[in-house]
Amino acid sequence: MQEIVIKTNKLTKRFGDFIAADQITFDVSKGEIFGFLGANGAGKTTAMRMLCGLSLPSSGEATIAGFDIYKQTEEIKKNIGYMSQKFSLYEDLTILENIRFFGGIYGLSNAQLKYKSEELLTELGLEKEAKKLVGSLPLGWKQKLSFSVAIIHEPKIVFLDEPTGGVDPLTRRQFWDLIYKASDKGITIFVTTHYMDEAEYCNRISIMVDGKIEALDSPANLKKIFQSESMDDVFYQLARGAKRSD
Amino acid sequence: MIQVNNITKVYGKEKTLAVNDVSFSVKEGELFGLIGPDGAGKTSIFRMLTTLLLPDGGSATVNGFDIVKDFKQIRNSVGYMPGKFSLYQDLSIEENLNFFATVFNTTVEENYHLIKDIYIQIEPFKKRRAGKLSGGMKQKLALCCALIHKPTVLFLDEPTTGVDPVSRKEFWEMLKRLKAQNITIVVSTPYMDEATLCDRIALIQEGKILSIDTPAAITASYPDELIALKSEKMSALLKALNEFPKIKSVYAFGEYAHAAFQESGVTEEEIKTYLTTQQIALLEFKKIEATIEDCFIGFLKN
Amino acid sequence: MKQFFAFVRKEFAHVLRDRKTLFILFGMPVVQILIFGFALTNEVKNSKLVIVDQAKDLASQQIISRIEASRYFDIEKAVMDPAQIESAFREGKIKLALIFPANFSKDLMHLNRAQIQVIADASDPNTANMLGNYVSSIIQDQQMALNQGNKIPYTIVPEIRMLYNPQLKGAPNFVPGVMALVLMLVCVMMTAISIVREKEVGTMEILLVSPFKPLLVIISKAVPYLFLSLINVISILLLSVFVLDLPINGSVALLFAESTLFIITNLTLGIFISIRTNSQQVAMLISLMGMMLPTVLFSGFMFPIENMPLPLQIISNIVPAKWFYIIVKSIMIKGVGFAAIWKQTLVLLGMTVLLLGLSWKNFKIRLA
Repeated sequence: MQEIVIKTNKLTKRFGDFIAADQITFDVSKGEIFGFLGANGAGKTTAMRMLCGLSLPSSGEATIAGFDIYKQTEEIKKNIGYMSQKFSLYEDLTILENIRFFGGIYGLSNAQLKYKSEELLTELGLEKEAKKLVGSLPLGWKQKLSFSVAIIHEPKIVFLDEPTGGVDPLTRRQFWDLIYKASDKGITIFVTTHYMDEAEYCNRISIMVDGKIEALDSPANLKKIFQSESMDDVFYQLARGAKRSD
Repeated sequence: MIQVNNITKVYGKEKTLAVNDVSFSVKEGELFGLIGPDGAGKTSIFRMLTTLLLPDGGSATVNGFDIVKDFKQIRNSVGYMPGKFSLYQDLSIEENLNFFATVFNTTVEENYHLIKDIYIQIEPFKKRRAGKLSGGMKQKLALCCALIHKPTVLFLDEPTTGVDPVSRKEFWEMLKRLKAQNITIVVSTPYMDEATLCDRIALIQEGKILSIDTPAAITASYPDELIALKSEKMSALLKALNEFPKIKSVYAFGEYAHAAFQESGVTEEEIKTYLTTQQIALLEFKKIEATIEDCFIGFLKN
Repeated sequence: MKQFFAFVRKEFAHVLRDRKTLFILFGMPVVQILIFGFALTNEVKNSKLVIVDQAKDLASQQIISRIEASRYFDIEKAVMDPAQIESAFREGKIKLALIFPANFSKDLMHLNRAQIQVIADASDPNTANMLGNYVSSIIQDQQMALNQGNKIPYTIVPEIRMLYNPQLKGAPNFVPGVMALVLMLVCVMMTAISIVREKEVGTMEILLVSPFKPLLVIISKAVPYLFLSLINVISILLLSVFVLDLPINGSVALLFAESTLFIITNLTLGIFISIRTNSQQVAMLISLMGMMLPTVLFSGFMFPIENMPLPLQIISNIVPAKWFYIIVKSIMIKGVGFAAIWKQTLVLLGMTVLLLGLSWKNFKIRLA
C-alpha cells in the first residue's frame, strides 16, 4: 500500500448560499501525478486553496502531508510547493537571486542553497544564464525555472495551477519531463490544466463539475467508463451539463 | 482583404525582434489562424494590423487601406477583440453593447442580425454587469461588441486563452457561423488543436513564421512517418525510446507517444523486442497522420 | 455629438457605481472642513491669556471683566514682568498677553485716549490673528459703552504686537485651502486614474480602433469630474457658511466662476498626467506626491510663502493652487471683486491653455 499524502473527506466550502466545493472526497498517494480538471468556475481554485492551507473549509476533513487542514496550516505550508499560471518569480531579480530568495524562505541552509542552486541550474541547462534577470527569459524557461524553484525545498506535494498555459508544444513536453522526474523522486504532483492531452499524462484525474467531483479514475478507465475515444470527449460529456461558470 | 509584406516590430533598448519579417495574406471571407505560443508576436501583429502600433519595417494593407497612412479608414471598418478581456466591468451587458454601438456610429438594432445568434444566449442576463458574468458569457459579449458595427474584418486576439474546453468548442462554432456571413476573421491562439478549425493558418514562433498553408497541407508535408506507441507508463516509454538507436524523435501526445524513426524505418516486432528488454510492455503500435502539433514541434527543432 | 453624450453617460455610470470611491470623494471635503474647523475653534476657545494690570483702576477692571465673561479665554491674572511674559510665550504657556499701562485710566480721562498693549504668539498666525481680533472687539465694546452719552469720545487703542511672525503674512484661512486641496485631489487624481484605467484594462485599445475621436475620449472623461467637483465646492461653501459661521463676503457667482476655472486647470493637469503614464499606480503616485505635496506646501495654505527662501517662493508660482488660494481668500474674506484678482485668474487661464496644448501635443493615437 502506497503512502497517502493527500486525504480529503467531504471537504466543503460555502460562500453564503453558494457551495463552491461540495463534499470533495479523494486520496492521492506519494509520487502520484494527480490531474485536477474542471470547467471554469467548477470550484478547482477554491478546492486547491483549501488544500494549500490558504482558506479554511466550511466542513469536512482533510490531511495534507499528514497535517490537519484546520489546525496545522503552517506545517502544511512548509511541506508543499506551489506554482501558478501567472509566473511567480521576481522578474527584476536574477535567476540565482530568485533561487536563493525562495530557498531562503523555506529555510535552506547556505550550503544546501549552494548545492541546490547548482543542481537546479545544471538540470535546466541555465548555468550561463544564472546572473541574467529572470524578466529577460522566454516564457517557457521561466515556467520551467518556476517549477524547479517550487520544489527546491523538496516538498511532499507540489500544486501546479495551469503551469503550461500559453507555452509552446516543445517546452510543454520538457515541462512534463520535469514533472516526471519530480514524481520519480517521490514528490506528489497535483496539477490543473486546460490541455486535455496533458490530462492523459496523469496517473489519475478528477473532473469537477459545479463544485462536485463527478469522475475520478485513471485516464484509460475514464475513457472506458464514458465510452470515449479521447479525454476531450470525456470532459465534454461531463462539463456540458454544467450550470455554473466563473 | 489583408496583405502583409515583410513587417517587422522591434521593442525596447535591447532591440528585441517581436515580429521578424512576417508576410502573409488573407482572402475575403477566410478564417485565418495565427498559431503560436505566448511571446510569439501574435499580439504585436494584431496591433499593427489594427493600426495601434506602427511597424518598424515592411508594410501592410487591410481592406486595401495602408495601416500607417489610412489608419482612420481601417479603424472605421475593422472589429477588434484584444487578448485581455476589454469591456467595462461596471456596465451591464446592454450598456456595454449600446455604448460600443454608439461609439461606432451605429445602433444595436441596425446590425442586430449579425449578433443575434450570439446575443440571444446572453440576453436573459442583459441587466447584469459585465464583471459578474462567467468567462464564456464575457467572451460572447465581447464578440457582440466587436461585431456590432458590421466590420469587414474581425481581429480576435487569443479569444480562447484560459477558457475551458467546453467554452472553447462553443466559441469556435460561433466563429464558423460568422464566417458563413462572409466576415473575414483573423484569430490567434496558442492551442494547436484549434488550428484545424481554420481555413488557413500561420504557425509562428519568436516573431518568425514557420509555415503558412491550409492545416491539411501542413500536416501532409510532415517529412517523417509517424508511429503512435502506447504503454502503461509514459515516462518510462519516452525514456526507453529516446535511447533506442534508430529513433529520430519521440514526444508524448496524450496517451500515445508519437515517434519518428530513421529512414530505414522500424517494425512493430523490433520495437516490441527492444521495449521488452527495458521491462516495458508495448500495448499498441500504429501508423498515424501527423497533427499540427507534431508539425509545430518539427519546425521548432529545425 | 451623440457619441459624446453616450460616452459621458458611460463615465457617469462608472463614477456613480463605484460607491466606495464616491463616498470618499464626497466625504473627504466634509471631513476635512470639519476637522480643520473644529480643531481651530477649540484652540481659540481655551486660549491662555495673561493680564498684567499695572493700572489697577476702574477702567482696566471693566475691560478685564468683559474679557473674563468671554468664552474664548482662560485668564491668568498673575503679575508678571516683561521677562516672565517673554518666557511664558516661549514655553507656549500663554497665547496672548494684555498689558495695561500704569496711567491707563488717567490717559483715558484726561487725554481721552489710552493704550493697551496686546502681545500675541503669532507662530500660529491664524490663532494669533483671531485672538487679536477678539480682544480688539471686546475693547471696542467697552469703548462704546463708555462713550454712551458722552460728547467727547474716549478712545482706547489696543496696540497689537505679533510675536515671531510680526506681519502675520500668509495667515491662512483654511476654507480656501481645503477647497484648493480637495479640488486638486478629485480632479487631478481621479481623471488621471480613470483614463489610465482604460489603458490598463485594454478598453483603450478598442476605443482607439474605432471612429471615435481619441481626444473626445479624454475630454468626455473629464466631464463627470467637473460636476463632481462643483458639488464639492457647494458642499464646502455650505459647510463653511452654516456650520463654521464663515461668511462669503464677495460675490458667490464670481467664486463659482473662478472655482470652475481652477477645476478645469486641474482636469487638464490630470489629463496630461494620464497621457504620459501607463499604469494606475504611477498615475496615482504622480498625482499624490507630485501634486498634493506642492499644493500643501506652496499654496500658502499651511505655510506662509513670504517666509520661504527665494527659490521656493519662485517655485510656488507654478503651483496652480497658490493662485486659486489667493483668489478664494480675496473673494471670501476680503470680499473684493474681479478687478482685484484678474491677474491671478489670468495665470490660471494661462496654465490651463498651456496644459491643454501639452496634452494635445503628447496625445498618442497609437499604443506605443
